[in-house]
Amino acid sequence: MLEIKNLHASIEGKNILKGINLSVAAGEVHAIMGPNGSGKSTLAQVLAGRDTFEVTEGDILFEGESILENAPEERAVKGIFMAFQYPVEIPGVRNAYFLKTALNSIRKHRGEEPLDAMDFLVLIKEKMKALKIDESFMNRSVNEGFSGGEKKRNEILQMAVLDPKLSIMDETDSGLDIDAMKVVADGVNALRDEKRGMIVITHYQRLLNYIVPDVVHVLVDGKIIKTGGKELALELESEGYTEVAR
Amino acid sequence: MPGVDNYTDTFERVASTLFGQSPEWLQKLREKGLESFKLQGFPTLRNESWRFTRTKAIQERDFTFVEAYKPNGLTADQIATMTFDDTGHHRIVIADGHFAPELSRVGTLPEGVVLMSLADALATRPELVEPYLGQHVDLESNPFVALNTAFLYDGVLLHIPRNVVITDPVHIVLVSRGSGVVTHPRILVVAGESSEATILESYVGASAGYFTNAVTELVCAENSRISHCKLQMEHESAFHIATQEAHISSNARFSTENFSLGAAISRNDVNSYLGGQGIDCRMDGLYLGDDRQHIDNHTRIRHAEPHCHSFELYKGVLAGKSRGVFNGHIYVDQDAQKTDAKQENRCLLLSDDARINTSPQLEIFADDVKCTHGATVGQLDENSVFYMRSRGIDRVEARHLLVYAFAAEVIERVKVSSVRERLESDLFSWLSRSFST
Repeated sequence: MLEIKNLHASIEGKNILKGINLSVAAGEVHAIMGPNGSGKSTLAQVLAGRDTFEVTEGDILFEGESILENAPEERAVKGIFMAFQYPVEIPGVRNAYFLKTALNSIRKHRGEEPLDAMDFLVLIKEKMKALKIDESFMNRSVNEGFSGGEKKRNEILQMAVLDPKLSIMDETDSGLDIDAMKVVADGVNALRDEKRGMIVITHYQRLLNYIVPDVVHVLVDGKIIKTGGKELALELESEGYTEVAR
Repeated sequence: MPGVDNYTDTFERVASTLFGQSPEWLQKLREKGLESFKLQGFPTLRNESWRFTRTKAIQERDFTFVEAYKPNGLTADQIATMTFDDTGHHRIVIADGHFAPELSRVGTLPEGVVLMSLADALATRPELVEPYLGQHVDLESNPFVALNTAFLYDGVLLHIPRNVVITDPVHIVLVSRGSGVVTHPRILVVAGESSEATILESYVGASAGYFTNAVTELVCAENSRISHCKLQMEHESAFHIATQEAHISSNARFSTENFSLGAAISRNDVNSYLGGQGIDCRMDGLYLGDDRQHIDNHTRIRHAEPHCHSFELYKGVLAGKSRGVFNGHIYVDQDAQKTDAKQENRCLLLSDDARINTSPQLEIFADDVKCTHGATVGQLDENSVFYMRSRGIDRVEARHLLVYAFAAEVIERVKVSSVRERLESDLFSWLSRSFST
């Protein structure tokens, strides 16, 4: 589904990603762990198409085609979704309107009819309930005044509604207490199936007790230095990145 | 004096004919206006309050004053399309400065309410006009108010007796039909004690290159509830200068929204005098600029008495090479203790060549007040744009949505739904025209 080949990326002339190779097949959950500044978030943003980063070498293939030339919205409609580490507050744009507009753009790309307000409401109500999101959220501005946990749950709600093929979760667990994290993890696990690929980026092993990965990668200084099974996460937790990197 | 002669010549021509039939007090008021205009002339950039707004383009043209009204084929339906329509509204149309009965539609009004052309009111009900007309405007420091007063002839009178509520909005349409025409419309609203009304003012043009020089006076008695909204949707080549004076008494609630969408050069002076206790006053505004449009808003709120609350929100969106000017003056008298005044002005610049000069001005002479002001000038937040795009919303739509959200905060203040709908659709067409990259 996703194939990253020798990916190099830089920002303002500074190299951040220095040759990443990674492939994610449908149905797999990959965890990417690494210390601060290792390039985890950069990788997520480059996959989503953020143009502040420049890809200097390598390629990203999604379902066999390069997406490097695709705008963020083109990647989104193809089925790539990134849950933001710091979801953006957008005053004045109602959550419901935002999500309906996004969903209908994606439906249009899939050749489906746009959903009207009623159908949309039916669709999200159930998903909101599962994520313990109060219905009043839909009438509030996107992420404005939301707590950290509410913002992260809102990201997962968007993911559930937009139904992507590949989800990238950028430190979705950071700043969450254990209860909020369980809600988020349950939301993610509910979306796991044989057709979907997931990349879970995290600094802490804790999340991986709840979202159990198939593959764990260790990212240090812009390169994947080690790849293993879920037990690699535990190893990192007990020995630290320096030890594993050695 | 350059530019002034055209007006003094016209004045001399109509003084004994058109103006000669007016009551003596009005003739004197006009002469006072003319004298004051001659004394001041057109403002220059040296004039503090006109520091950023050049009126040379207005000064240099010999606009024509229309002496008599003749229907010219413009229909009521066209007026509806140019503004907005709701058959429930009372509509009174002033075309080229004169009352246009065939374009107007005034329904049944509560007993005692007088809604008529100002010229008719001066002829038939001068006692309703004389005590108020020109009482609260400043001829000495604003040459355009002086000029309007010199040519004071027609416009609209809305007189609401005490305790009377007008349920349906009163829509005053000021339309210029002829190219090169100057109009000096005067609107007088006298709201009696505990009365209530919604007043809408629309400025539109069916031709190019005209000059609207308007003055609106609102006298709001004790405990009245007046909601006012002005839409300036003039032709893109027009000049629009307008002064609005609201004189508000105790416990009254006054709100006014000011939308500047059209005209090549526009200048609004929006002034409210809070002359009693317990007043609640809201003044909001939204301006959209594109190409070389110049939009100047000067607002002034004077708190003269204690325990009043004023809130002001002005927002601007500037594209192309447009330029905005905002000056927000809050003046708190020594006696006006417990004043609560808040002013916010925010401007979004959509191009590198758009400019804004913004200056809040607070003068506070009381020592127990709460006064705040905030001004921001910024560009669209690229993080928000990326966030939306990453959810599948395309770049242009994401940017439009963000500008829309910014501007909608002011549009939402409008209480009349047909006005909100018109503004929303104008905003969307403005976005696709001015901001499609």
